[in-house]
Amino acid sequence: MSLLAAEGLDKSFGGVVAARNVTFAVEAGKLLAIIGPNGAGKSTIFNMVGGQLRPDAGRVMLAGHDITGLAPRRIWRLGVGRTFQVAQTFVSMTVAENVQMALISRHGRTRAWWPDASGLYREEAIALLDRVGMSANAERPSSELAYGDVKRVELAVALAGAPKLLLMDEPTAGMAPKERAQLMELVHGIARERGLGVLFTEHDMDAVFAHADDIIVLVRGEIIAAGRPDEVRANARVREVYLGGSGGADGGPARTSATAG
Amino acid sequence: MTAKRIVAAKRDHHLSDLSFLLVQALNGLASASSLFIIAAGLTIVFGVTRIVNFAHGSFYMLGAYFGVTLIPRLLDVSSSFPMFLAGVLAAALGVGLIGVAMELVLLRRIYKVPELFQLLATFGVVLAVQDLVLKIWGPLDILGPRAPGLRGAVDILGHRFPSYELFLIAMGPLVLGALWLLMHKTRFGVLVRAATQDREMVGALGVNQALLFTGALFLGAALAGLGGALQTPKLAANPHMDISVIAEAFVVTVVGGMGSVPGAFLAALLIAELQAFGILIFPKITLVLVFLLMALVLVVRPWGLMGRPEAGQARVVLPEGIVRLQRFGRAEHVAVAAAGVILLALPLVGDAYAIKVAIEVLAFALAAFSLNFLIGVGGIVSFGHAAYFGLGAYAAGLMVTRLGLPMEPALIAAPVIAGLGAALFGFFVVRLTGIYLAMLTLAFAQIVYAVAFQWVEVTGGDNGVVGVWPSRWAGGRTTYYYLALVVVAAAVVLLRRGIYAPFGYTLRAARDSAVRADAIGIDVRTHRWLAFTIAGAAAGLAGGLFAFSKGSIDPTLISIPMSVDFLVMTLLGGVQTVVGPLVGAAAFHSIRDLLMPLTDYWRLLLGLAIIAIVLAFPRGIVGGALLLRSRLGWDDAVARARARTPA
Repeated sequence: MSLLAAEGLDKSFGGVVAARNVTFAVEAGKLLAIIGPNGAGKSTIFNMVGGQLRPDAGRVMLAGHDITGLAPRRIWRLGVGRTFQVAQTFVSMTVAENVQMALISRHGRTRAWWPDASGLYREEAIALLDRVGMSANAERPSSELAYGDVKRVELAVALAGAPKLLLMDEPTAGMAPKERAQLMELVHGIARERGLGVLFTEHDMDAVFAHADDIIVLVRGEIIAAGRPDEVRANARVREVYLGGSGGADGGPARTSATAG
Repeated sequence: MTAKRIVAAKRDHHLSDLSFLLVQALNGLASASSLFIIAAGLTIVFGVTRIVNFAHGSFYMLGAYFGVTLIPRLLDVSSSFPMFLAGVLAAALGVGLIGVAMELVLLRRIYKVPELFQLLATFGVVLAVQDLVLKIWGPLDILGPRAPGLRGAVDILGHRFPSYELFLIAMGPLVLGALWLLMHKTRFGVLVRAATQDREMVGALGVNQALLFTGALFLGAALAGLGGALQTPKLAANPHMDISVIAEAFVVTVVGGMGSVPGAFLAALLIAELQAFGILIFPKITLVLVFLLMALVLVVRPWGLMGRPEAGQARVVLPEGIVRLQRFGRAEHVAVAAAGVILLALPLVGDAYAIKVAIEVLAFALAAFSLNFLIGVGGIVSFGHAAYFGLGAYAAGLMVTRLGLPMEPALIAAPVIAGLGAALFGFFVVRLTGIYLAMLTLAFAQIVYAVAFQWVEVTGGDNGVVGVWPSRWAGGRTTYYYLALVVVAAAVVLLRRGIYAPFGYTLRAARDSAVRADAIGIDVRTHRWLAFTIAGAAAGLAGGLFAFSKGSIDPTLISIPMSVDFLVMTLLGGVQTVVGPLVGAAAFHSIRDLLMPLTDYWRLLLGLAIIAIVLAFPRGIVGGALLLRSRLGWDDAVARARARTPA
């Protein structure tokens, strides 16, 4: 049984098809990358898995449980941590407090009225920050951080839920090349040591081919190729989308649908 | 009993009489026209500037006063319908120019400030205009002359129907048509529509925004003025018409969809007919019906019948409110101890009057503190917090006077009833955000106000109820002061504790990023709802204490100005601080108490003060003090806090 299995997901917005019969699986300890040109439907798939969107058809199974259409907060409780394309942190809190907040939630104490929140689960939070290389910044307000550091904090927040699966929507977007490589190393290391499944989207092909165990290629909401990195690299249709003609990823979809039709 | 039966019989007769129903529908159409003309101006101004302009009601009122001043003079020249019309248009034009002045002097400076501050600044204008109108035209109602040629009535299926009403019915579609032409056939109109849909795009295209905004204010104010001047033959100009109309215009714009002129037309029709027929079926609760409709629409279609959902903000912005929780250091502990000593010693040094004022300050301080629990911590900008203060006051007052219960259970009932009310309204409120949330809280407060006002047998209506006295043991002023002090202090300490506890952190998390909060397992809505309920209960407790200190209750405790007072107290103290609202309440109420007997222009002063706070002093007293301290380099932590907050 796969950790995460998406089965025949469909989603359209008005007349625009964002996902059509999308099926894939993520295994524990493995990294699965979804790639594709802008507007291919990557974020839509992410949001269907994370609970932000409900699929028109199809199922999302987490370790054998049907989680289709559950609210994000319920999916999180079942062991799915996520980061966002535009990093989302609690800007009025310090770095440590961001992680403590997630721990407070995990322990079901968000309604507690008496204890001082700044002292709760502090050591656990610092340990998580240590793992992502941010413990030295624990007392800084999260609104002051550089963007790459915000992404690391987000990762620590996601880990605070003790997830089985990590969803990372463009984890390295907006980061410098060196930072990107470091962050992907970090994610890869954490996934291996904790046996986490990781589903991520990414525009940076270096990051994808260096770290993904499997890749699926999405164009106009449909999977046109799936497999190991070397298989995907060799796939003719993928080459066409990514390398064909003027070489721009944005130029790809029209040609692909022409071949498909 | 007999009277009731007659009313019922009359009603049955009316309801079965088709011609009567037709006349009633025509009455509805006439009010729909007026309502639409006013609301169209409000919605255009909102579409372009994204400011909800409270002063729109003042524009309407000024239109009426300009009308009753200009039209008679023109009719003296020649008593003809064109002269009447010229007078109406001149009044509209004059108000349009006042709108231009307001844009140039005030609005231009506040386009970038948070909504709460915008709303308050425009309410400052409302207060200032009220006093100016009183000064110029006096407190008496002034009825305008009737329109020559439209003084009679026509016969409609045996009912006499005033011709002027028919003229009004025609004006609505006429103005709608004129606005349609303006919006689709002129460059200005196209820009107004473009700005309504995507303001940043218009800016990026290199349009002269300043001119566009000024033009929108001219148009919006002129429409309000037109609505006001057209009313003068049937509705006397009076100094209270601003507040009553603004609440209705808000409802129309919100129901129609903010920024949508056709939406405003549709909503005005709907609401006016609802009122026209509602008064036949539910004569007691017409006001409630209107606000219920708005609540219903907001819950089903939060962006109104013909509006569009606002595109969400992609960028991360620092929330208005508490960004960095300050913890008490030595200076704060000293200050709190000093305040405690002063409060405890007050009855020894102050006279009876000072104690009375101090009791009121205590009640207001708790209300303001509970309001900032919503605004500063939860990011829930309630524009109707007086509803819960009033619910508490009425619950306590009615229990004592109508049920004959003593003070003790009444003071327990106050927070319970207010909390239940807040739980009921909050269930709907927390589904919305931003300006729509503010409007819904306002609507709910108006419902409570309407009930208190219209349910005369129980609430005493406009006069309220007297004889709300404390139990004998607490009857002495000093004893009651200490009772209030203990209760308020306990409530504030408890609420403050919640801010530093996981619950408060969770509220801030939901405010900072609802998406992130949801993705770490936080049930955002439920926590916001709980906060709304708790804050409502605390305000209710404050209201109960206040009722016993006054010895009476009346609908002003629930009115819009009361809600605004709480906001001003909160703002004056500083929404970014925990204890600020307490200081703000003390400062505001003491200043009011000192100045009010000395001047006839209290509202003018208050209005200008609100505007000054928004423009020059948005952090409030405590926020300003912290800033000063950090500027002087006294406090490292504060300096860091300041560095994070863009000025």
